[in-house]
Amino acid sequence: MDSEQQQSAIEGAKVLMVGAGGIGCELLKTLALSGFRDIHIIDMDTIEVSNLNRQFLFRQSHVGQSKAKVARDAVLKFRPGISITSYHANVKDPDFNVDFFKQFNVVMNGLDNLDARRHVNRLCLASGVPLIESGTTGFLGQVTVQIKGKTECYECQNKPAPKTYPVCTITSTPSKFVHCVVWAKDLLFAKLFGPKNQENDLNVRSSDSSSSSEQVEDVFEHKKGEEIEQYARKIFDHVFGYNIELALSNEDTWKSRGKPRPIYCKDVDVIPTEHVHQNGNQGRGSAAGDMTSVSAMATLGLKNPQDLWSLKENTAVFLEALKLFLSKREKEIGNLSFDKDDQLAVELVTAAANIRATSFGIPLHSLFETKGIAGNIVHAVATTNAVIAGLIVIEAIKVLENDVKNYRMTFCLEHSSNKMLLMPVEPFEANKSCYVCSETPLTLEINTRRSKLRDLIDKIVKAKLGMSSPLIMQDSTLLYEVGDDLDEGEVANYAANLEKVLSELPSPVRGGTILTVEDLQQEFKCSINIKHREEFDEEKEPDGMVLSGWTQAQAAEKNSNVSADNGASTSGASQAASTMPEDDDDLQIIIPPPVSGRKRKLSSVTATSGVASAAAKEPKIKRKAEEIDGDNENDIVMLDDGNISKKGEA
Amino acid sequence: MDGEELTEQETALYDRQIRVWGADAQRRLSKSHILVSGLKGSVIEFCKNIVLAGVGSVTLNDDRLVTEELLTANFLVPPDPNVYTGKSLAELCSDSLKDFNPMVRVSVQRGELSNFDVDFFHKFDAVVISSCSLSTKKSVNEKCRKSLKRIAFYTVDCRDSCGEIFVDLQDYIYNKKKEDETIECHIEYPTLEEAISAPWKSLPRKVSKLYLALRVVEKFEELEGRSRGETSAADLPKIQKLRKELCDAQSHAESQIPDALLERLLKGRTEFPPVCAIIGGILGQEVIKAISGKGDPLKNFFFFDAMDGKGIIEDIGNPKPK
Repeated sequence: MDSEQQQSAIEGAKVLMVGAGGIGCELLKTLALSGFRDIHIIDMDTIEVSNLNRQFLFRQSHVGQSKAKVARDAVLKFRPGISITSYHANVKDPDFNVDFFKQFNVVMNGLDNLDARRHVNRLCLASGVPLIESGTTGFLGQVTVQIKGKTECYECQNKPAPKTYPVCTITSTPSKFVHCVVWAKDLLFAKLFGPKNQENDLNVRSSDSSSSSEQVEDVFEHKKGEEIEQYARKIFDHVFGYNIELALSNEDTWKSRGKPRPIYCKDVDVIPTEHVHQNGNQGRGSAAGDMTSVSAMATLGLKNPQDLWSLKENTAVFLEALKLFLSKREKEIGNLSFDKDDQLAVELVTAAANIRATSFGIPLHSLFETKGIAGNIVHAVATTNAVIAGLIVIEAIKVLENDVKNYRMTFCLEHSSNKMLLMPVEPFEANKSCYVCSETPLTLEINTRRSKLRDLIDKIVKAKLGMSSPLIMQDSTLLYEVGDDLDEGEVANYAANLEKVLSELPSPVRGGTILTVEDLQQEFKCSINIKHREEFDEEKEPDGMVLSGWTQAQAAEKNSNVSADNGASTSGASQAASTMPEDDDDLQIIIPPPVSGRKRKLSSVTATSGVASAAAKEPKIKRKAEEIDGDNENDIVMLDDGNISKKGEA
Repeated sequence: MDGEELTEQETALYDRQIRVWGADAQRRLSKSHILVSGLKGSVIEFCKNIVLAGVGSVTLNDDRLVTEELLTANFLVPPDPNVYTGKSLAELCSDSLKDFNPMVRVSVQRGELSNFDVDFFHKFDAVVISSCSLSTKKSVNEKCRKSLKRIAFYTVDCRDSCGEIFVDLQDYIYNKKKEDETIECHIEYPTLEEAISAPWKSLPRKVSKLYLALRVVEKFEELEGRSRGETSAADLPKIQKLRKELCDAQSHAESQIPDALLERLLKGRTEFPPVCAIIGGILGQEVIKAISGKGDPLKNFFFFDAMDGKGIIEDIGNPKPK
């Protein structure tokens, strides 16, 4: 390496890191050691105990503090002379706009969710700043250089996205443990402790029984004066007994499936616990910080979260956890949503999922495992993050030196492929029809005489295009915008438009109309061609509209994320349960690693590479021997849409 | 199971990694003892990784007094002469590493690595050495082999933007899950001596150039009586001469060991922190695999060169028949 020139490029650079988690800690350290002198770092998270096994800049005493700030202070201890600016903030805050991004020579992501990555991608495209994107899961990792006009952008390719499940699988015909967890977390838990008025959403009763929700409401309501023991048993019998009986009555469902077994409290020989023991620290409030102080496991003397519980134990945990919620955390009821760090919630969900699994003959799981499934916990180890951070810095230095021909996308593999554990490939070219970086218009099929502007904004512009403060225009007429600088008249006007059917808007939207949709903060704009369509299939097209030309998020089997968006939908039984991944510190792999080696089949590598196999489209490989330093032995694996072929080998 | 369960504290701290390698592996890790000698960049990275992972103990050996040069890729010791003057590298690193994970015992072993005997190494499950001469590496490898217990042996060498890891797990048996069945795998490793004296004709096709170039540099240091890394660009003519001799003797093309690569390797003491992070990360993962018995261990060399960005595994040198 030409060290003097390189060193001055490094020392003169101003760089932005987004994320101070698993990759972020390693990256900040390696940047500082490598001689970077002006580093800015954004992270909205605070430190948790489960971070400490790999986010080595943090200690037990830092739990609860800002990651960005603690990371800064820790690195300044061994490199006191450099400048590190920390922001304990969300990268989506309006302060971090295009002008903010423009001051940097390169942006490096160490993020944990699709949403923030898309946002940073758009800001980097708008500001023309090179982006280095990265991700790890377990032993797998990936680093990608993304530069406008030179390589693909983050949204050029399909991404693995949360797995969704058909509602009937969850409500009536679970066949895997994960279905039981989704049911316990998104239906039962939400029903018991979440906001009331969501009765139509995902009914805990069999979806086949379309009748009165009133009766269900009655069951779930905890009446004044009702003994909590009695209430808990009533709930148990209703959801594990009565509802299963009800489902069984629909015989068609069970023609080709094993029948579930109803379970009632009296059938399980539960040892009644004495009135709830003093549990944890009494006298504390119900602040988030001491969520772990109330535990059914503790009351029942169950210690090891890795143990499998019997039906009897699951029943005891379920009843005890429910009673503890009612007696110790009464004030929170009605506002709770499932949180993987809420011990009692995890206990209740584990027990409920296991009891349901027992009904359906599905193998049981421990609390530890259930927590991983329910919380969508991303597997993470320090070593992969360290390796990935090293690779990011190597690419960042190339970007600073504008060494374009040597940019690489690198995969960190668990099993070597063609002798390589770290496999560099040439960056992908931009997808010419990418709606984000190529300005190719999207097409939306929609019933313009029935759908409201609000539906279009919620289901398409926000949910699918990832815009947070959208502006919608037809020709030169503004149909909708948000912002602090609007006057009252405009606000009222836009609010009224939201409730209007598309064809009745002041400037009517019909088949053939071209809408311009823009996010001013992301400085991202795209066009949508509207096509009118009368009917939609409720099962297959639950949105009642179909967007094409965008990168549909693909289901990722491995990191299945399974929670339903509480209350977001009232569209009935065909609505699939889905969510965005819960924030953790690390993130998923984006694209499967390439397959190389002439004799191996495409499927053989993707099948062994864990999460990577989840991404739907396997890029096909073209290998090409490229002459890099004068001989032809340094072949580079190229990924391409073509078939496998090998060129140029002597 | 070993009977001892992980404590609640351990389960909470190691939650994310237990989800990767399981509770059994974590238990085995927490009972393991690691010796580390030669505390430069990649080894510091390695220490961080295994202390975070939760091994039982780490023993540090490096009596060198701290100088600014020794700290170029070190994030454990502040570059403040008031802090480091008069203290050994091992002492300072130990103080800082202890802080990373209170559940790991970190201690210092003074003394010259080459003087330790077989009984000393017997206490460890894995031995990782760096920053020492080739002859010391070989002798430590032999002592580890003489121990009745199987000791996993590793050497690391980072020069400029290149890195090498060597692994000797002797006779290594581990279980591998395939579909639903568990298969027992058996791998036999050559010693360092065997691995570096393999005839060049017998090497794998397109063997990593780093393997060859590092053998030349090592030989050069040995012949010149230099300590490890005590080389500079001025040595290029001499090393070119040596390259020719070695290539002639092995009937190998000199072009396989390019000048540009030798020049970089001659900057023997310069470390490139991103490469240290990569080598230290891969090494950490390998030691965790060997101790926990989870995962396919690499056999028996790993090379990384930031110039082409490839991380390559080479399997070199057959064990002598018994």
